Amino acid sequence: MMHFFQRLGNTTLASFAKLGRSSFFLTHVLSAIPATIIHPRLLINQLYSVGVLSFLIITISGLFVGMVLGLQGFYILSDFGAEETLGIMVAASLVRELGPVVAALLFAGRAGSALTAEIGLMKATEQLSGMEMMAIDPIKRIMAPRFLAGFISMPLLTALFSSIGVMGGHIVGVGILGVDDGSYWSQMQAGLDFQDDIINGVIKSIVFGFAISWISLFEGYDAIPTSEGVSRATTRTVVNSAFTILGLDFILTALMFGDI
Amino acid sequence: MATNVDLDTEIVSIQNLSFSRGDKKIFNDISLSIPRGKITAIMGPSGTGKTTLLKLIGGQLYPDKGSIKVDKKNVHQLKRSELYTLRKRMGMLFQSGALLTDLNVFENVALPLKEHTALSDSMIRSLVITKLQAVGLRGARNLKPNELSGGMARRIALARAIALDPMMVMYDEPFTGQDPISLGVLVKLIKDLNSALGLTSVIVSHDIDETLRIADYIYVLSGGKIVGHGSPEQIKNSDSKWVQQFMNGHADGPVHFHYPANDYHEDLFETQQ
Repeated sequence: MMHFFQRLGNTTLASFAKLGRSSFFLTHVLSAIPATIIHPRLLINQLYSVGVLSFLIITISGLFVGMVLGLQGFYILSDFGAEETLGIMVAASLVRELGPVVAALLFAGRAGSALTAEIGLMKATEQLSGMEMMAIDPIKRIMAPRFLAGFISMPLLTALFSSIGVMGGHIVGVGILGVDDGSYWSQMQAGLDFQDDIINGVIKSIVFGFAISWISLFEGYDAIPTSEGVSRATTRTVVNSAFTILGLDFILTALMFGDI
Repeated sequence: MATNVDLDTEIVSIQNLSFSRGDKKIFNDISLSIPRGKITAIMGPSGTGKTTLLKLIGGQLYPDKGSIKVDKKNVHQLKRSELYTLRKRMGMLFQSGALLTDLNVFENVALPLKEHTALSDSMIRSLVITKLQAVGLRGARNLKPNELSGGMARRIALARAIALDPMMVMYDEPFTGQDPISLGVLVKLIKDLNSALGLTSVIVSHDIDETLRIADYIYVLSGGKIVGHGSPEQIKNSDSKWVQQFMNGHADGPVHFHYPANDYHEDLFETQQ
């Protein structure tokens, strides 16, 4: 029994210590952001590897998610003779929830894990120490551009995901199942609110981008510099990002759409 | 521990340093001093904290007790910016080379120049080429670190370490895992660079033959203490059992062959139970 409490205490202390380290890390990274913006060469490289290279997975997933939404939506709505409203159903689900959340989960799996593994291996091969000894701040040169790239890419990838999803819904709903083309678009236009739906979706994706970048960079930086340590850190990035995204999504949805 | 180094010529001065990792004491109250312009070697068996010592000198780790002064400045009392200014004058050669894998050879050597000087691109190019020429790898400037052999990576890292013309270069196990030719090249480079550039070199190593060939002064570490120091001649003829075991590679001696364990017979008996 004592053993259990001892372990509980140790785990709690360790997680608070880690929270503290990660907060220090975040402040350090944020303070290095202005320098990154002034010299954007490193940022552009990272926008490519973090953002552009995630393009394919986001596009394909967006297409299929939209197609499934079109299919399921059509079956349910047609029971009520409301298949004309398929457009708004697909668009609202994507823009409000599925777009930001699924794109963020995919981004954490594709780009977040890659960032953690890269930084963890840099640590294991003494590249980070080497930089420090050359009086080059690794936070400034390595972390800040990657952080900013994740933060910028996430809303753009989410927008891409949702737009492609709407197209997917259109292909299935209008192209295959015969929903009227005009009502697909006009229902969407009439039903979606710019402030309530689109801006809120963008806010979600910005928050998720911030969280994923922070988690994946810190896990890499804090990894035990061995092969096992880096592999564990990469797993933690994906798991923790998923929890964080889903938890934050609930909180944000409650704040945005609830009457709290 | 008293050392026979004149205070004016010392570049690194370590006083009563203690450092531990978890429960393990890595250094227990050691003092040593490194003279300017010479090659000083720090030797000892694996796991005695030789690399840790270099990290302490470079300010990457903090000691539990004691002080480390580099060029009369206490490394651990400097502000971050002052520490970085000091580090620009200290090169360090990591065991793995620690080259940045996303840059090619040329860019790796140019990195400290680009970050810390306002020199023009053509000036940086000339400097990088002279440094690469010094280590014999001018022709490899467009290769990526993963295309280099271990010995080449270390030579490139050496070119990068001397890019800013530092006052001191620290070598972490420069001879480990090298073939005889690379080994010869590295020994010659360290010796030549030290005299040609007026550097101070600190070599951490357990390769006895190579280190004895080039070192001016040697400290032997074991079990968190300095167990011997002196010129290569003095070390070879030392009557300390520790030093003799290390220099002659005896399997058992003050450093035991067996990791601490309970009684062998008891242990066997216990398993049978």
